[in-house]
Order: sequence, then C-alpha cells, then structure tokens
Amino acid sequence: MVQWTAEEKQLITGLWAKVDVATCGAEALARLLIVYPWTQRFFASFGNLSSPTAILGNPRVRAHGKKVLTSFGEAIKNLDTIKKYFAQLSLLHCEKLHVDPENFRLLGDILIVVLAAYYSKDFSPACQAAWQKVVRVVAHALAHEYH
Amino acid sequence: VLTGEDKKLIQQTWAKLGGADEEIGAETLYRTFHSYPTTKTYFPHFDLSQGSDQIRGHGKKVVAALGNAIKNLDNLSQALSELSNLHAYNLRVDPPGFSLQFLSQCLQVTLATRLGKEYTPEVHSAVDKFLSAVAAVLAEKYR
Repeated sequence: MVQWTAEEKQLITGLWAKVDVATCGAEALARLLIVYPWTQRFFASFGNLSSPTAILGNPRVRAHGKKVLTSFGEAIKNLDTIKKYFAQLSLLHCEKLHVDPENFRLLGDILIVVLAAYYSKDFSPACQAAWQKVVRVVAHALAHEYH
Repeated sequence: VLTGEDKKLIQQTWAKLGGADEEIGAETLYRTFHSYPTTKTYFPHFDLSQGSDQIRGHGKKVVAALGNAIKNLDNLSQALSELSNLHAYNLRVDPPGFSLQFLSQCLQVTLATRLGKEYTPEVHSAVDKFLSAVAAVLAEKYR
C-alpha cells in the first residue's frame, strides 16, 4: 500500500483547497487534447476539436474536464484507499471506454503543469514531488482493474 | 513535427526568461531529483542539496545547450550532435528518452511557475514537442 508522509498529505490537501476545479479541470483536459492530439480519438463525439481555441472553448471538453478533476478531488480525500476508490472507474475505462492507461500518465503530467502555471507560488519542488506521486498513484489505480 | 508557429513560440518563450539560465537550470535539476529519485543514480558524485554549486553549474550547462538548440531549430540533429555522442557512448542515460522525459516535465513545471498563464496551451504544446525532439536526437545513437 502506498505510504503518504504527513508532509505530503499537507502539501496535497493544502494546494487542493485552493484549486478552482472547473477551470483547472477544463484546462487540463483541453491541454491533453492539444499537446497530445492523438488523445482526441476518445472524444470524437465532442464536436469541434479543430484548433486549440476550439478545444479550449468547447463546452463538452470543459464539462468533462471538470468531471474528471472532481473525481480526482474525491480520491485526494481518500488517499489511503485510492485503489478501492477507482476500482469501478478502472473497469469502466477498460471495458467500455477502451482507454490505454498510458493516457492517464499523460493527463497526470499535464495537470501538474496546469497547477504549476496557476499556483506558481505554491508549487515548490516538494509540492511538485507530492503531486507527481498523487498522479502516479491515481494513474496506477485507474489501470489496476484492466484485464 | 515543429511547425513554423511552434518555433516562433519557443523562441519567444525562451527570450522571456531573460538569461536566468543558471536559476532555471538549477531549479529544473533539483525538481527532477526530487520528483524522480531514480535520476539521482546518474549523479552519485554530486552534492544534490538545493542550490549546490554542482547543481547550479550543471543546470547552467543544460540550459545553455537547450538555448543553443533553440537557435538551431531547423537542424537539431547537427546542433546536438556532440551531446548525442556523449549521451550514447559516455553517459548512457537509460532507458533512452525515459529519464529525459522526467527532465522535460520538470523544465516545463519550472517554466510554468515563472510564466504562469503565459505558459499557454499553445506554448505548452510547442515546448513539449521541442523537448521530445531534443530527447529523440540525444537517444539517436544508442544502438
């Protein structure tokens, strides 16, 4: 089981309290689709993804980004039971959505860059390290039920 | 593939950093060692504490090399040829590209904390592509 130090928990929950979930979620998902365009394959039904501007403004992208980051936030409240928390979502991403887990790693790294840009003053090396660990653990949990 | 627009964005972004090469390099390296401890295995001979002379010196070197690459975006292979040899035959950072991905992530975080919202999705995309291209050139001669 993943061990979290008190300092890590503090850095994670401390920053999370400041995060504007709707904005950062939308931004993170949009950037995934912009920086790694092949990820658009999972969102063909979302409408206009023809340019960075279109993607950033796309209401379905924004809504879905918020949904994803909200779920992330729930996991952060349950750092000690993340695998269990994501078990159902893991099965969904495998059986229904057919998403290669490599994409979870990509989204995690993108989220980190968004947090760094939006919360620069808080994003010390120690803070980044704690968050890199969170995104790695979340990605792992989401991949855990794949078969 | 780096488009003309990408190249412009990269050069503009680099210019904004105003020659803070040593600081950016040192911070990037320190973040890399802190978030990805396995990267420390390549520096057993270094003092890895924050702000150490060795981290500052090495960070400056890395950033200078990237700056040179940015001046030669149309011919990265040639501009980075010496470094490509060094990484393939001497340093042998393993697996090719993987540790360099960590460095890329940490450099981007460093840039994002300095530029804030100016590190737009378009800039993010261009820089990520550039660093991937650099890593690919450095890994070219591995085998």
